[in-house]
Formats: sequence, C-alpha cells, structure tokens
Amino acid sequence: MTVLEQRGAYRPSPPPAWQPRMDPAPLLPDAEPYRVLGTEAAGKADPGLLRRLYAQLVRGRRYNTQATALTKQGRLAVYPSSTGQEACEVAAALALEERDWLFPSYRDTLAVVARGVDPAEALTLLRGDWHSGYDPYAHRVAPLSTPLATQLPHAVGLAHAARLKGDDVVTLAMVGDGGTSEGDFHEALNFAAVWQAPVVFLVQNNGFAISVPLAKQTAAPSLAHKAVGYGMPGRLVDGNDAVAVHEVLSDAVRHARAGGGPTLVEAVTYRIDAHTNADDATRYREDAEVAAWRAHDPVQLLERELTTRGLLDEAGIEAARQDAETMAAELRDRMNQDPELDPMDLFDHVYAETTAQLREQRALLRAELEAEQEQHGEQEGGAR
Amino acid sequence: MTTVAVKPATMAQALTRAMRDAMAADPTVHVMGEDVGTLGGVFRVTDGLAKEFGEDRCTDTPLAEAGILGTAVGMAMYGLRPVVEMQFDAFAYPAFEQLISHVSRMRNRTRGRMPLPITVRVPYGGGIGGVEHHSDSSEAYYMATPGLHVVTPATVADAYGLLRQAIASDDPVVFLEPKRLYWSKDTWNPEQPTDVEPIGRAVVRRPGSTATLITYGPSLPVCLEAAEAARAEGWDLEVVDLRSLVPFDDETVCAAVRRTGRAVVVHESTGFGGPGGEIAARITERCFHHLEAPVLRVAGFDIPYPPPMLERHHLPGVDRILDAVARLQWEAEG
Repeated sequence: MTVLEQRGAYRPSPPPAWQPRMDPAPLLPDAEPYRVLGTEAAGKADPGLLRRLYAQLVRGRRYNTQATALTKQGRLAVYPSSTGQEACEVAAALALEERDWLFPSYRDTLAVVARGVDPAEALTLLRGDWHSGYDPYAHRVAPLSTPLATQLPHAVGLAHAARLKGDDVVTLAMVGDGGTSEGDFHEALNFAAVWQAPVVFLVQNNGFAISVPLAKQTAAPSLAHKAVGYGMPGRLVDGNDAVAVHEVLSDAVRHARAGGGPTLVEAVTYRIDAHTNADDATRYREDAEVAAWRAHDPVQLLERELTTRGLLDEAGIEAARQDAETMAAELRDRMNQDPELDPMDLFDHVYAETTAQLREQRALLRAELEAEQEQHGEQEGGAR
Repeated sequence: MTTVAVKPATMAQALTRAMRDAMAADPTVHVMGEDVGTLGGVFRVTDGLAKEFGEDRCTDTPLAEAGILGTAVGMAMYGLRPVVEMQFDAFAYPAFEQLISHVSRMRNRTRGRMPLPITVRVPYGGGIGGVEHHSDSSEAYYMATPGLHVVTPATVADAYGLLRQAIASDDPVVFLEPKRLYWSKDTWNPEQPTDVEPIGRAVVRRPGSTATLITYGPSLPVCLEAAEAARAEGWDLEVVDLRSLVPFDDETVCAAVRRTGRAVVVHESTGFGGPGGEIAARITERCFHHLEAPVLRVAGFDIPYPPPMLERHHLPGVDRILDAVARLQWEAEG
C-alpha cells in the first residue's frame, strides 16, 4: 500500500473543469472530395464561368506542353509541369478579386499567368536570367517560392497587415502535399487561425513529393483534416473538377473576406508528368495509375460538361485551341530570343544603398568586362 | 532657459525609448514577438509598448520564430515596418530559413521592387549566467548572408540611435543586442538622442598609439578596461567600436591600424570561422606594409558555449587581451 492509498491520506483535489474551446465536428472535411461536374449541381453553374474556366484550362495545358518543350531545347533550365493540375491553377486565379494576393509555389506558373502576369516574365526564374521576372505589386502575385511552404507565413502576414489597415484583401497561399510536412506550413496555419487572418490555404495533393507518395508523407486521414487541429475548417475537393475547386475556393475567399478567418482546402489531383524534366517518374509509379488519372482529365471533364449542355461545339473547341496555340507561339518566339543581361545588375539590388565593399567589387567586374571587350575588339581588328 | 535632463539610463531603457519614439513617429512600425506585449519582453525591453500603442501595434505572437519572421515578411510586403524580437540568440535558429531564403533576398529577387524593411532584434552573447542556448554569439552566421545589415550597439546612445536607424532603414537589419550590457548605465540625453554615427560607421572610442583593439558589442567595455589597465605597462591602447559588422567600415579600421601598426580583434564569438578572421584578413590585405606584427585575435574558444559556471574562462577578459598586446610587442621587437 502506498502512502496515498492509506486511509485518511492526502488526496489531490480534482482539477478545475476544462473543456475544448469549440466543437471540432463542423471543421471536419467531408469524407469524399466535393464534386460538381457530372452531378446535378453542374446544371446550376454559371455558363460564363464555365467558359472562362475552360478557356484558361486549355491555355494552361498548352502552356505546360510548350514550357516542357522549351526545356528540351535548352531554353529553360527546368520546368515543373502542372499537367493534370490545371483546374487547381485556374480556379486559384479566378477565385480572387483584383485586390487580393496570390502566393504561389514553384509549380504554380499557370496560376500566376492566369492572374495576368506576362507568360514569359513568369518563366525567368526557370530560364535563369533573373530570380523573379515580374513586379509582384503589378498583379499582386508574390514571387514563385522555391523553398517549400515558406511563402505561407508571408501570405498570413500580408493578410494580417491588410486587415489591420482596414482593407478587405484576401490572400491565397498555394502549397503541395509534400510542403504540408514542413514546419512553416504548421506555423503559418497556426498564426492564421490565432489571428483569424483572411487567408485561404490551397494544398494541391498531386500524390507525390518528387518520388515520395502521400502515404509516406503523412498519417493524417486527409490533408484537409489537418485544419481541425488549428481551429479552422478543412475542405476536401476533387482537384480535377475546375468548377468544384472554383466553388470551394470562392466560398473560402468570401468567408475570409467577411472576417470568418482562414480555411484549408485540399484539392485531390495528380501530377501527370514527372516532377520536372530531370525526374524519372517510372521508377516510383505504375503506368496503370497514370492512365487512370488521365481518364479523369480536368480539361476533358469540363469540355464534356460544356458540350453536353450545348455551351460548346466543335468550333468553340477549335477557337479555344487556336487561342492557346497563339499564346504558345508567342511564348516560344519570346523565349527563343536570347535575354539581354547586364552583369552590372548583380550589385544593384543587394542593399538600398550599395556598400563600399560592393562598390569595389562592382569596379572590379567593370574592369574585367572592359578588358574582355578590348580583347574582343583587338581580335576582330586583327582579323581584318 | 530650459534645463535638459541628462541622467543615467540603461541600454534597455534606451532601446525601449527607440521603439516607442519610432512607433509614435510612424504608424507603420509594429513590434512583434513572443512575450513582447503584456509581459514587456523577458528583458522588459518592450515594456509599456502594448499599453501605449495597443496589441495590434505590439503583438504577442504564438511561440514560433519562423512564423514570427515569416509573417513579418508578409506584413512588410504590405507596407508595414515590423520590429521582430527573437527572445534569445539560440532561439532565432528556427527562423534562419526565413531570414536567409527570403528576408535577405527579397529586394534582390525582385530587382528592388519588394524591399523588406524588417528589424530583427536578437539579444545575444554571454556573461549573464544563462543556461545552454541563452548565450550564443551568432553574428558570423548573419554576416555571411548578403542582403542583411548586422548591427550591434555597445553604448546607451548607440542603442537608441542605431535602433532608430535600423527601424527607418529600407533594408532588413539584424540588430544584435548585447544582453549583458542591457543594464549598463550611461548619462544620456533622451531629448537629443539621435546624434550618433550612421549604420556602417565605426567609432574610435579611445585614441591610442601602441596598438589598436578592434571590437564591438559586449566586448567594448572589456577592451576599454584593458586599455586603462595597459597604462600601468606604459601602453597606450586605441579602441575601435565597429558598431556595424555589415556594412563594414574598412576606412576607420584601417586608419586606426595604420596609426599604431598593431591590431588585436576582440570578440566573444568563436575564433575559427568567427568575425575576427574576416576582420584580420581585411586589415592584412589593406594595411600589410603598415603592420609591425600579425593581426591577432582574442576570441571565445572554439567550443559550444560553456555552462554558466565556466563561462568566465571562455569569455575574452582583460588579461587575455593584455597578453595579446604583449605578444604584439614581442613580435615587433623579435
């Protein structure tokens, strides 16, 4: 018998009553991803929206194939294709108002372009002529983020700052399934929920983080379930159903704008191409799996809906294809021109005011360039 | 005639005053971090700010350094000037990725379109009897990252002046606060407080002719004490306070070394891979023909920061500095 078990021994008082702050049930995602296309709900979708989504999907698919072709020609160092994920990209851009901000990851070029950024400028990071070719303030699109999930706290901070200023600005932060394992993902969701920041987190669950499948990434029931632990709603949506993704994201954006706080949306999709052109996807997945997802293609799904409802005919399909071809041809022409680079740019944007040390290094490079030019001139002169 | 109060103030008070004045002058200045609000910071450096400016301007954040700095990035993107507190030197390490991958590079990445005016306050260094992870000198990590300014005050006046400049800077500034000097006092005039040299300029705190001690932050008082003690040996030591590690003031440092021909760099951080190696190399490259002896370093040992009961053996003290100066003399004669 221990001392505490003895008759008349000290007994601790029961702890004060404690209850969880809220019922987690309303925050839980549905068991199945939300779908619109192929269901009765599709009949209620606005035809104008369907057409806009379709045009952007077709352009997006063509952009992906064109950019992939440019890697083969050595015009792009690398391109992480989003073929198969176009619905997420397009819906992301179309769910936002002009004053809202988009925080993309490196695979989200399509969302960036759909937001209005020049298609060629969106590729400078991947071409290698500069890290970010576009002005983030021009279309309210943050630079493509290469480290995983680190852009998510930025989205929270910007949304928080806007709210402090009294602006009804919403931010949409995009991340992949692998990125949800990073600490910054956790910290961003936690800050957003505590601050009730007007942010929407969109996880594109495309099945793999390079080669690692979702089952090895997380033991959570779904990525959308992670929301509950932070105190925000989680939504699960078919990422290949452009109309469903647009609806869920638009709901989340409205909710955030109205002061309801953040939402975590998981879009279940699939990366049809390899991680990048440097990756061999046959080493970690079966052809049958890819084929099954090809049959659930986001462009085809929407095209079928539109044609079934009589909103699109062969001529319309051809027109969308032509528009995408024109975009691809322009992109090809521009990317085939050698970018004009000024090496002196290297020193211009390190600090607001160049330091004495950088001025010295600038002078060194200037002298090297002049010597190079002089030598070049002499050689040309000698040849004459 | 009005009399201006010139009375003793601590470095911590000057830092608080700097944030208060910056917040009063500019509504975009926001202070954020763990415990900075209601508690006023574990060192009370943010004391009273939440009360005066509200919790939206001085915010207790969740306990997450990457999140604190990461959200500050987004706030700066939207036009605010966040002043972030990283409670203790070694607690800042989770925020390194944000600092190095984003804070330091955003201006460069966007070709000047998206500058990030963030001040990251880091109480650093030893000498206060802190347990493990509470006494690191992390300045070399920050110095190695282009795009960051790295600043560390050693006087009460500089604490105020440099922090005001850091907050006003359009670039990110890592503001290293020597925590063992938080309670050091100086006569200081809070009514005319900004009269200090700008970030990037070193200052000769004590002129001398025998040798130049080059130091910063927590080691400045130690060097000044060593200079006083050196008079007994007949040595007249010059003491240079760097104040800013990035940008580095080659001009002031080299002028001082050329005057004396001898230099010792003094800091708490490790010698191997520490700031002293860079400083010694810069001096040697620029002043070789003026040197009477090799540039020496008196630094912390190349060990993880020791437990508090042993830290006095690790930290550069007066005797170790004077021994180095003696070696400089020997080098000159030998």
